[in-house]
Amino acid sequence: MEKFTTHTGVGVPLRRSNVDTDQIIPAVYLKRITRTGFEDALFAAWRGDPEFILNKPEYTHGSVLVAGPDFGTGSSREHAVWALKDYGFKVVLASRYADIFRGNSGKQGLVTGVVSQENIELLWKLLETEPGKEITVSLEDRTVTCGELTVPFEIDDYVRWRLMEGLDDIGLTLRDEEAITAFEATRESWRPKTLPAKTLPKEEIVAARPVD
Amino acid sequence: MGTTLAEKLWANHLVKKGEGGAPDLIYIDLHMCHEVTSPQAFEGLRIAGRKVRRPDLTIATEDHNTPTLDIDLPIADETSRKQVDKLRENTNEFGVRIHSLGDADQGIVHVVGPQLGLTMPGMTVVCGDSHTSTHGAFGSLAFGIGTSEVEHVLATQTLPLKPFKTMAINVDGELPKGATAKDIILAIIAKIGTGGGAGYVLEYRGDAIRNLSMEGRMTICNMSIEAGARAGMIAPDETTFEYVKGRPHAPEGADWDAAVEFWKTLKTDDDAVFDTEVNLNAADLEPFITWGTNPGQGLPLSANVPSPEDFAEESDREAAKNALEYMGLTPGTPFRDITIDTVFLGSCTNGRIEDLRAAAAILQGRKKADNIRLLVVPGSARVRLQAEREGLDKIFLDFGGEWRNAGCSMCLGMNPDQLKPQERSASTSNRNFEGRQGKGGRTHLVSPLVAAATAVRGTLSSPDDLDDAPSALA
Repeated sequence: MEKFTTHTGVGVPLRRSNVDTDQIIPAVYLKRITRTGFEDALFAAWRGDPEFILNKPEYTHGSVLVAGPDFGTGSSREHAVWALKDYGFKVVLASRYADIFRGNSGKQGLVTGVVSQENIELLWKLLETEPGKEITVSLEDRTVTCGELTVPFEIDDYVRWRLMEGLDDIGLTLRDEEAITAFEATRESWRPKTLPAKTLPKEEIVAARPVD
Repeated sequence: MGTTLAEKLWANHLVKKGEGGAPDLIYIDLHMCHEVTSPQAFEGLRIAGRKVRRPDLTIATEDHNTPTLDIDLPIADETSRKQVDKLRENTNEFGVRIHSLGDADQGIVHVVGPQLGLTMPGMTVVCGDSHTSTHGAFGSLAFGIGTSEVEHVLATQTLPLKPFKTMAINVDGELPKGATAKDIILAIIAKIGTGGGAGYVLEYRGDAIRNLSMEGRMTICNMSIEAGARAGMIAPDETTFEYVKGRPHAPEGADWDAAVEFWKTLKTDDDAVFDTEVNLNAADLEPFITWGTNPGQGLPLSANVPSPEDFAEESDREAAKNALEYMGLTPGTPFRDITIDTVFLGSCTNGRIEDLRAAAAILQGRKKADNIRLLVVPGSARVRLQAEREGLDKIFLDFGGEWRNAGCSMCLGMNPDQLKPQERSASTSNRNFEGRQGKGGRTHLVSPLVAAATAVRGTLSSPDDLDDAPSALA
């Protein structure tokens, strides 16, 4: 994972609350089996509207998304993070996030900063008054700067450290492999195993047919 | 001071305590996979040269993409077929058990786990699917994860996690006739909001919860994520043990006795303190529906479409305005006057046998309204078989409904079961997001009873609106 310390890019004011992951990337785009190439799928339902913020030329190349509360609710699809990243977003700022989305972002190097709704409103005004204005996000200082305005953001200490170091979670966990093996030795025998597979007797499933 | 159920489960699965701000390392007892959120995880393993650490704690099924018609033919949609094929390749290569389309144990992952007896009390259960919270109904810590975490669990059988906060949701009193588990959870979400549970594990408590069957409890825990919660859980009791006993993977003999002895300790201590408590009186509940585009935008069926002006917060007013426009609704319209096009009975929320029985009891001897398309999609192939043994399929077909094969289907419209633009559904599923059931589609979330009554009358209805009281509710 790439190390993240500071980023400067065009801020995009997305004045919507409860932007769920179905809006970030509709389910039809989840059929792909690759990890990249989701940029066309980002906000797909809204991209057809010429008035949608990312369709305005000043914001098209945005990389810092400033969104309303409860961003990323709903489905656990990590594709939502991939779509934001593939489009070019490096940072999302909002006052509240859904837990799974925020966790997924941390794993993928997308910074999600918690900024008070009051400060989000200030950022929205600045970005709307001067479309295309840049924002600087410093992970080191945990600050967002837009022109004269500098406001703080919150991010988990450990996530911040991992993002700044560009560390991979699995690699970190495997350092504790001995502890995992030791734990496994203490697991009770009643705990279920999927193998060997047990099922009720197999039965034939009749295929339903279309009705006229 | 005592501890909560969630805290006990956490301590019971702690591999290593995090130090200096690092997360705890938590062991995972059961990892379920499906075709949509796993391909990139298996690819990650392959690239890193890693194996699946515990194939014997891992299981896969095909559900999100699979068609519910012509399942014996190749999947018509090429990208869906590729994704399903990829899961088969991956599970084969890494030695993971899979129940494929056409197999008697195929179905929605959250229906399959409990039905096989793989879900039981005292476990940690994860899946790359937010509705994994369903399994909390057994007194387990069960939660949805992203694809990076799927890869992490495949490689290490653990997850680095920060402890969740705890919230008690006390539902006391007796649930009135016609109100169901679905109405309880829709009312809870409307009360605490879609972000109300963020960072929390919810523990549902109280008489109204204790009196629910396991399937009703699963409906409640299933939608914890719709309140933003990481997980939902219910302490196990005799109802739970009874449900698990005798299932294919249930412990036997001395293992069963040891398990039950441990399971009986799985409850929040009397002197434990939750970070937050919410109280609800079940006696005040009635059939509940959603009117908007997030699951928190819900009201009793007896109410009218709200106006944006009814909301105190500016962001709620804005959200209501957007939602009403998308949903094509006018403030002040009685919900019962809203005409529905499609009724969807199914999903991991309400696609179990009791849901189908409850709906069939209302539909029996009746005919669907002319404007209605009724889609009945059992949650698993076993649920379908059971329903057929009970003759429920005949009731749905005689009524004028469609009887399909198992899968996620119209809950999220990844397969051909989708709404058309502006088409309006009454759906027993879990999400009413814009475009969730098909681009431009309009979703009202409802219970199976409301779904059935709506299919009879053609407008949003409860069983009480029907001419003669249905026998099942007498």
